[in-house]
Amino acid sequence: MSDASPLQESADPPPPRETPEEQVSYLRAGYSLKSWFFTTDHKRIAILYMVAIMFFFVVGGAAAVLMRLDLATPSADLLTSDGYNRAFTMHGVIMVWFFLIPSIPTTFGNFLIPLMIGARDLAFPRLNLLSWYIYVIAGFFTLYSLVAGGVDTGWTFYTPLSTMFANGHVMAALSAVFIVGFSSILTGLNFIVTVHKLRAPGMTWGRLPLFIWSHYATSLVLLLATPVLSITLVLLAAERMLGVGIFDPALGGDPLLYQHLFWFYSHPAVYIMLLPAMGVVSELVAAAAHKQVFGYWFIAYSSMAIAALGFLVWGHHMFVSGQSMYASAIFSLLSVAVAVPSAIKVYNWTATFYKGSVSFDPAFLFAMSFIGLFVIGGMTGLMLAMLAVDVHLHDTYFVVAHFHYIMVGGTVSAFFGALHFWWPKITGRDYTKMWGGLTAVLIFGGFNMTFFPQFLLGYLGMPRRYHSYDPEFQVLHLLSSAGASILAVGYMLPVFYLGWSLRWGKPAETNPWGATGLEWTVPSPPPKHNFEEVPVVVEGPYHYPLKHPASRD
Amino acid sequence: MSAQIRTFALVWLALILLLAMTVAAAFLPLGPAKPFVSIAIAIAKASLIFWFFMHLREDTGLLRLAAVGGALWLLILLLLMSSDLLTRT
Ligand code: HEM
Ligand SMILES: [Cu+2]
Repeated sequence: MSDASPLQESADPPPPRETPEEQVSYLRAGYSLKSWFFTTDHKRIAILYMVAIMFFFVVGGAAAVLMRLDLATPSADLLTSDGYNRAFTMHGVIMVWFFLIPSIPTTFGNFLIPLMIGARDLAFPRLNLLSWYIYVIAGFFTLYSLVAGGVDTGWTFYTPLSTMFANGHVMAALSAVFIVGFSSILTGLNFIVTVHKLRAPGMTWGRLPLFIWSHYATSLVLLLATPVLSITLVLLAAERMLGVGIFDPALGGDPLLYQHLFWFYSHPAVYIMLLPAMGVVSELVAAAAHKQVFGYWFIAYSSMAIAALGFLVWGHHMFVSGQSMYASAIFSLLSVAVAVPSAIKVYNWTATFYKGSVSFDPAFLFAMSFIGLFVIGGMTGLMLAMLAVDVHLHDTYFVVAHFHYIMVGGTVSAFFGALHFWWPKITGRDYTKMWGGLTAVLIFGGFNMTFFPQFLLGYLGMPRRYHSYDPEFQVLHLLSSAGASILAVGYMLPVFYLGWSLRWGKPAETNPWGATGLEWTVPSPPPKHNFEEVPVVVEGPYHYPLKHPASRD
Repeated sequence: MSAQIRTFALVWLALILLLAMTVAAAFLPLGPAKPFVSIAIAIAKASLIFWFFMHLREDTGLLRLAAVGGALWLLILLLLMSSDLLTRT
């Protein structure tokens, strides 16, 4: 575990081209395209997903770059107003459905769930591959709508804009979101059955890593929420194409029905994005502190509570839409309740660090960024859930900052934390820690510089989704754009040092962090069928200190 | 076997009867109770389908729980949505 710089590295004898572990690993089990595109190995499918998802992260990011460039000046100079609408819509659609929702579950979840519970694969390996193909087909629909000229409804597809007025490629984008939903459903189903049926002997529910609990909760939400979105989009299409009156009052529809149905899916969906990230952070915190996590059952059950309560709060998106005051009061109260289990997790992670021998390896820096940024995102969510406050802040940059703190500061940080934590396991190679640490710091700094000014902008009255604004807002907008450029550098750096590690990195040990968990008992990278012999579990998770050669204890 | 066919036929008849009730209820002067009456009939229909056609009657507790969960979540959607719909001014 030495922190070698690339310079020292090149002075040493070069690392072997291929280690004995690598020769028998899943990575070397076949080189043909067919062996990748028709694989049923959960680890290879995780890599397929990783490639597809990173592609969309870049495309969605490009739209954000255009927006931040345009917003650097108060006048509308870079994009036309129509172009700006299309940029933020494509940014939202791609980032939500093609990056954030699948991000952690389909990559790290796919790779790790069987390894963590001592199984040789997911319950339905072919279904797993099918869900990747569905994702890719949906991706082509998105790319089509993008190339053909884009969509201008916003990621929320609100009626009547989307049914009566929008003239972009609404149907193509709707189809993309509709199709990708089936991929989500299949993944959720697969994870649930796997956790129920494929746990190794002795792997009781109380011995499951918290990563598994949070993915289990996520899968429940995927199964219960996604069909509602699918049906809603079909109804939307029926009204747009066939003139069936569902949302349009002139045709006998209800003007708020769309928002109810959409947010019945989309608030739970924000927890689809967040819960897996919380699972990652639970693992990282325990490994960083080298301690039993504080309050295992509180963290496990709070995931389940979030999954359930997350369905009861959607009306907080409709406080100023004309929803009845009575309903708004109920949703406001329930929104406060949903913050409790999230807060429980934050307290438990913090308590886990207490008197731990905390490591500052890159993965753990990302975990700590997650905690800090998630707290800000969550607390501002509570502010927005207050009826009177929301009248002032609704549809301003305050809301934009709120959800970016959670979805980018939280989930994307956790994604990068997971990448740095499990990279040696997935690829079998160590990367340069110094670069990882630098990246974590850059991302944390760049993120805050980008999004903190947006809280102020929103509070001062800057509405979201406009590209020209009063000159008094320029300083804050410029700060935000400058921060975004730092953030972009931070997100690009790993391409270089992680890519470098694939060829020149030192071979990774079986358990480079001295962490608990079955995934750290198999070679790095794991063999094709994960375990030589099915492991028998005799103790709970996070059983520190380890009696293991690589342990820090 | 024939007993099973008999059961399915009876359930089918019951469903048709309930369908007739739905149609009839649409014409009755029920006032604000109207949606509740039709939802109640719909729940009865769904239960028959769950229990007999989807074989939940023969399944384990966990599978029944999964099915009930789906139905319960639909009720959550309808219930909280009504809190807006029925109290709008
Ligand atoms: C935990 C993860 C969370 C995520 C990922 C998240 C994400 C989002 C997103 C995407 C929006 C904007 C939707 C749009 O209009 O386009 C939003 C708005 C909102 N969020 Fe959150 N949120 C989270 C947690 C919370 C919590 C815990 C609360 C309150 C207890 C909350 C309260 C709100 C409110 C009230 C709005 C609507 C603000 C408005 O439009 O006026 N959020 N959130
Ligand atoms: Cu919400």
